[in-house]
Amino acid sequence: MNNKIKRILPQLLTILFVILIFGFFTINAQVNMDNRGIDFGFGFLKQEASFDMQFTLLDYDGQDSYGWAYVVALLNTLLVSFLGIIFCTILGVIIGIARLSSNFLIKNSAAWYVEFFRNIPLLLQIFFWYYAALRALPLPETAEPWFGVTYMTIKGYFIPAMIWENLNIFVYCLLASFISIIFIRNYAKNLQEKEGKQLPLLYISLAILLVVPGLSFLLGGVTLNFEMPVLKQLSATSYTYDGGIGLPPELIALVLALSLYTSTFVAECVRAGIQGISKGQKEAAASVGLTPNQVLKLVIMPQALRIIIPPTTNQYLNLTKNSSLAAAIAYPDLVLVFAGTAMMQTGKAIEIVGITMLTYLTISLLIAALMNWYNKKIEIKEK
Amino acid sequence: MKNISFFQIQSKSPLTNMYMGSTLLSIAIFDVFVSSFLSVNITSFLPQNISTFLPLIIGFIGLGILRMEYTGIRLLDKVNKNINTNNFNAFLTLLIIFVVIKATPPALSWMILDANISGDSKEACTGTGACWTYIKVWFRRFMYGMYPNELHWRINSAFILVIALGFVGYFFKENLKKYLALYYVVIYPIIAFLIIYYLISGGSFGLVWVETGAWGGLSLTFIVSFFCLIFCFPLGMVLALGRRSNLPAVRYISVGYIEFWRGVPLITVLFMSSVMFPMFLPEDFFMDKLVRVIIAITLFEAAYCAEVIRGGLQALPRGQYDAAKSLGMGYWKMHIFVILPQALKLVIPGIANTFLALVKDTPLIFVVGLAEIAGMLALAKTNPKWLGFAMEGYIFAAIIFWIICYAMSKYSYNLENKYKTER
Repeated sequence: MNNKIKRILPQLLTILFVILIFGFFTINAQVNMDNRGIDFGFGFLKQEASFDMQFTLLDYDGQDSYGWAYVVALLNTLLVSFLGIIFCTILGVIIGIARLSSNFLIKNSAAWYVEFFRNIPLLLQIFFWYYAALRALPLPETAEPWFGVTYMTIKGYFIPAMIWENLNIFVYCLLASFISIIFIRNYAKNLQEKEGKQLPLLYISLAILLVVPGLSFLLGGVTLNFEMPVLKQLSATSYTYDGGIGLPPELIALVLALSLYTSTFVAECVRAGIQGISKGQKEAAASVGLTPNQVLKLVIMPQALRIIIPPTTNQYLNLTKNSSLAAAIAYPDLVLVFAGTAMMQTGKAIEIVGITMLTYLTISLLIAALMNWYNKKIEIKEK
Repeated sequence: MKNISFFQIQSKSPLTNMYMGSTLLSIAIFDVFVSSFLSVNITSFLPQNISTFLPLIIGFIGLGILRMEYTGIRLLDKVNKNINTNNFNAFLTLLIIFVVIKATPPALSWMILDANISGDSKEACTGTGACWTYIKVWFRRFMYGMYPNELHWRINSAFILVIALGFVGYFFKENLKKYLALYYVVIYPIIAFLIIYYLISGGSFGLVWVETGAWGGLSLTFIVSFFCLIFCFPLGMVLALGRRSNLPAVRYISVGYIEFWRGVPLITVLFMSSVMFPMFLPEDFFMDKLVRVIIAITLFEAAYCAEVIRGGLQALPRGQYDAAKSLGMGYWKMHIFVILPQALKLVIPGIANTFLALVKDTPLIFVVGLAEIAGMLALAKTNPKWLGFAMEGYIFAAIIFWIICYAMSKYSYNLENKYKTER
């Protein structure tokens, strides 16, 4: 009896405490909203947003609803995160491997890179790139082309736009080639397990990837043209580039800062992963007659990835959350557009901040769930 | 990678190789050095493309000739072993050396040689380099925000007092050692809060009242991160114990709390503190913006703190729990006297890292209108008398933060090593 009370009483008290806090907040919120004449509800999502966004991936203008503005802003957030994740992975892997180099200079440069970018607050780095470094770029009319056709100017980075015809056929071909590669990989794995034969998988995959979409150009009627950015005069002294795609400086500053900052953490994960493999593994693999490439591919990488991937995903998650700093330099992301502009206009603080937080929470929990599933899958199953 | 060299010249004596290689290498470095520091291109008679890459090629050949198995010459062997093991390494070595030589003169002249620091207005900055006058004039603002100049001694003395009290624990006598945790977790935060409140805010003891809106600069960064740390620690401890509790309701609530705050970005939490908190509080209840921000960051950081402490709790061997239970200790007795003292010692490096992240996050309070150092920079940048010095401002702030964070990360690294060997 005594034991039962000991178990149940603390739980009841905790639940009561939580309910009391939530109740207190709800009652206060109700009173406050009644006094200010605001009503709780999500009907505003269908109203006309009537504000403009400077940079969008989908078509959007002021006549669209708040709900659509939310979707467009979320896409902007995801775009920054996606670009940031790609660049920070590339940089992070290079720096992480460089930190293990036998070359004294490379090792130390990589170490200083990590110490340098890791210890400066991300917000300051974003400000530095946006307000100081990117402002030193040339004006559109004086900009020299990079790689012949792209222009890096103070107004953004202008690159040629791709104009597709029959894009869907190309995409189908791409998908078909991916699926066939997966099948061939499975077949090759079976073949190796049964007969010990190895297929040159890399070359076969590359060939399929090149040939099948390539055929769609020849036979499927797919064409690809480029629209070049062209200098256009807006007024007597103001120029810009017309046509092509213009990446705004906000996006560039954000992606630069996020990927440089996060790459230091990714580099540390990569280094820890590779160092975590004991030397004996390498020696054992070499002693059974594997070539150095096979040692890397079949013994080191599968084990190192097991250590590297979970913390790296955590860093990707951090990057996605940190992309909300976009609000500080007016890149139209979820926080700026939705929790900023939309909230000012509608005054629906609770709903909007709630939706924003829930969106980030959903992304985080989804990735965390994915990671747990992955961890379970790659766990070493001891017999 | 194998030590294959295309430029290996088979010579009887390693000395010939050494002289040839080092001559070529010095020619290459000399060429880059001259073109970078004296802006004289000694190979200008060649086409431009070749002239640019010539030092790289010559240096590469030089290193290729230098690469030998073992010569007995100490310096040469060291070079070969560390920076010249194969072609790829040699190439990267050259690239790094040349980039450093090329980048030094512009950086040096901008930072020091062509920079100005004299005078007290924008007109004093005549050189092409940095304008450190700007930093000099705005220095007090960057450090103390809009806090009145003549009252800065109050911030300084408050900080000195708080830091001094933090070291009191070191001088505790043996018989007082058992109260150490009590001191740091309960008494010290209260005293520190009172000191900051009465000394920096003022309003009593004959001190002039300074509203929190005037606080700012680096001192605000310290105040916010200090309070968030000491408040989030006890909360995180409770949450960590809750997460490891075997009572389902307690466990699920703790897990929910931790996962919620870890899943949202700090910026939305700050938005919440500035627009949602006032809605959730009774109507006539006024709470200062700074206090709201500190509460919000504390709630946020407590979740991270809880995970760090949970790591420490999990690292303790099972036997400690069993031993405490077999002595007849209850849950609280066991945790307070056996588990927590050991676990907290384990998590000190982790807590230091959390604190580091916290310090790096504080510039964010800028988005809700508190002018800490990033906010002061934004203010100074738009001042019509001082337009166009964004670069200097951000570099200055970056240097300050870098020094603080680097020192802290080294310290936490040392702590980690210290406690690793003790166990």
